[in-house]
Amino acid sequence: MSNIDIDAPGSNQLFIGNEAMARGALEAGVGWASAYPGTPSSEILSSLAEVAKKRDIYVEWSVNEKVAIEAGAAASFAGLRSLVAMKMNGLNVVIDFLSTIILSGIGKKGLVLMVGDDPAAHSSSNETDSRPVSKWLDIPLVEPGDFQEAKDMMPYLYDISEEFGTICILRSVTRVAHARGNIRLGEIPKVVHKARFEQYYDPAAPMPTPIMCIPSSFRHMFQHVRIDKIREKFETSPYNKYVGPEKPDLLIVTAGSGWLYSQDAVNALKAEDRIGILKLGTLWPLPEKLVKSCLSKADKVLFIEETDPFLEGVIMEFAAGFSPESKRNLFYGNHTRHLNSFGELTPDAVIKAITGVLDIKYQPRDAEYMKKVESVPQQYVMDRLLTFCPGCPHRASFWAIKDALAMDGRHGFVTGDIGCYTMALGPAGFFQTRTHQCMGAGAGLANGFGQLRRFGFDQPVVSVVGDSTFYHSIIPALVNGVHNHSDFTLVILDNGATAMTGFQPHPGTGLTAMGEPAQQISMENICRAIGARVEVCDPFDLKNTTRTMLDLIEQKEGARVAIMRRTCELVRQKKEEKPYKMKIDPEKCLGEDCGCNRLCTRVFRCPGLIWDPVAGKTKIDEVICNECGVCADICPEGAITKEAVA
Amino acid sequence: MNKLAKDPINVVVAGVGGQGNVMVTLVLGNTLVHDGYFVTIGETYGASQRGGSVMSHLKISAEKQYSPLIPEGQADIVLGMEPVETLRVLKSYGNQNVVTVLNPRPIHPVDFTGSGAGYPDMESLLAQVAGMSAKTYVVEATGEAQKLGNPMLANMILIGALIQTGLVTISREAIEKTIRDMFPKAVKENIAALSKGRELAAGQ
Repeated sequence: MSNIDIDAPGSNQLFIGNEAMARGALEAGVGWASAYPGTPSSEILSSLAEVAKKRDIYVEWSVNEKVAIEAGAAASFAGLRSLVAMKMNGLNVVIDFLSTIILSGIGKKGLVLMVGDDPAAHSSSNETDSRPVSKWLDIPLVEPGDFQEAKDMMPYLYDISEEFGTICILRSVTRVAHARGNIRLGEIPKVVHKARFEQYYDPAAPMPTPIMCIPSSFRHMFQHVRIDKIREKFETSPYNKYVGPEKPDLLIVTAGSGWLYSQDAVNALKAEDRIGILKLGTLWPLPEKLVKSCLSKADKVLFIEETDPFLEGVIMEFAAGFSPESKRNLFYGNHTRHLNSFGELTPDAVIKAITGVLDIKYQPRDAEYMKKVESVPQQYVMDRLLTFCPGCPHRASFWAIKDALAMDGRHGFVTGDIGCYTMALGPAGFFQTRTHQCMGAGAGLANGFGQLRRFGFDQPVVSVVGDSTFYHSIIPALVNGVHNHSDFTLVILDNGATAMTGFQPHPGTGLTAMGEPAQQISMENICRAIGARVEVCDPFDLKNTTRTMLDLIEQKEGARVAIMRRTCELVRQKKEEKPYKMKIDPEKCLGEDCGCNRLCTRVFRCPGLIWDPVAGKTKIDEVICNECGVCADICPEGAITKEAVA
Repeated sequence: MNKLAKDPINVVVAGVGGQGNVMVTLVLGNTLVHDGYFVTIGETYGASQRGGSVMSHLKISAEKQYSPLIPEGQADIVLGMEPVETLRVLKSYGNQNVVTVLNPRPIHPVDFTGSGAGYPDMESLLAQVAGMSAKTYVVEATGEAQKLGNPMLANMILIGALIQTGLVTISREAIEKTIRDMFPKAVKENIAALSKGRELAAGQ
């Protein structure tokens, strides 16, 4: 991670887009930042957390996105510039609050919501485009087209937020927020933050009022007036620009990641004198005059954006209202199938879209090389499926769950949730997980399945969640399960970290974002207080974990809880030496002749175990193995041994 | 900062989750930015720690900020941390002029391990890589790193080999400064690994 508060104005640094936004927030003089982790937005808060004490600002990982934004709004109400960050899934969680804060307005100081979208769902359960929320709820939205803008837009957006008294959204996508590029640093101002909730003078009402969303229709009207004023402001924003000839054959309209891709594509096609690019940084409200003047430059217009046809829709809608005398453009984009409205944008997709509209030939590689490409045997480049790390406690937990469900014999299954353990949908978790939706949904689904006994349903249901997920959104589902007598087992995989997003602390870890000690909120105490039976086990003790799991499943009534507790291997190995020395006795390993069907390499499938086809035996890859010792308990012949390291 | 013979220079770093792919691009990127170049890095996600294929795109320019993704067939250099992953990347991004620097130490995919196929025959795998590259440097990075006491030093050995090719203009002083900034507790080991990489590539 880069040092985002380096005091070297004018110098160039290599920053990840999120660090650039965090630096921009420091340059804007923020006093507060809150977030819940989620790729591609996590580094904003983690990089601010590192410098929070030095800069005398407050930074927290909140329990979930809804609390993050409400707490962040309070800071704005009390006179601090406030930043709240989350991924697009989080935006769904906070929409109810957004729908009222656009009516009430903010405090004296600006409130910016950064939303990171993940086109292609690289590290997500969906690839929702957040931009339509801006139009739907009347929230100003900007999007950086490169890394420098990711930083520079922050102070700009705080000024807008304060001038017009409204929350603003900075939306970015994986290929900007989570890519790295050059940043030229600015000054970080010295701000003495002073918080006080004063008598509030609302610009919508000429008298002191509470910060409130009623009378709603009046305030809704007032927000529309604000949006129109912001539209005027955006007409001259430095983040909107046109580059290209005065009369191009094709006008590209783009934003976000599409800006760099479009330039690269035009460059690759050597079409700089034929194609103009209108890059929008302020997407909503749409700067209509600027858009209209650019549309008049060309007959053909191609929309390049990620992921939904948002600009395509709003600009075509806007153009439909032009007077009959105005120029009529031919529009290309998603509706003409020149670009997809799913998956991620790439330079190749942009090149293909342009060559589909203009008659330009493009061949990336010659025929001779393509023959070589096609001659590569498929088995040489077989897909490399994701799996749990060597030594990951989750592999052991799912092994125990699998064995317990098999012993029970009623075709039980796991309802999954969001975290590394999502991989249990596949061979990594022995195909135990059978449903996968959003944060907390596995426990909600288990509530439903667990009520179906009266309709003949008799399969055991196991909801598997992570520790951070438990605090984020599982507690109400467990309350519901106990209250309504639903029959399911909740398994909490407590590895002591929000591992998937970069090991952020959570309420169970006893540390805050700023590294201060915090009360460790006991998940077993919460579950017991709700009234559930709770068992705690160490997944590396396979025998006991399996037995405990079977006992819980067989209880057949009420919501009950197993906490499988073992530190994330990636966290452990930073603090401790490897616990064992693992060995395989080639005399004892019977290979294909063993009755186990190569249980270790075909079913358990830890990457630390490899197959030696010459000897016909399993081997340990000493570079990969983390020597956790679990596989020693899998081998029926006792060929794998663990020796404790003194 | 020198003008580049080709601008931008497109580098793909190919490997497996957990190998340190991101670290390699960061060492190169930080060094080049401090030397005045524009650098853009795009990475693969989700697979970063979890045994999947990981690929980073690194674009170096003396002129402007490029996008974080390299188009099909447009790699100038492939830095291969693992043989199968190197071949996979050449299939998508290779061309008749591409130069490949390769660590031949395999990381066995669990699917290869469990299936009958097994890991591809190394000799023919390396022949495929060489056939798709204008020039291939084979650098026994993991083996040498184990001799130095830590298999993770393989990454710095590969960076040393890449610098030795002369295809990216990185001075010894600049990269050593990056090492001191990024790995203050392991400067000596990393500089030794860097020299080892240069030495291994020099004879090829």
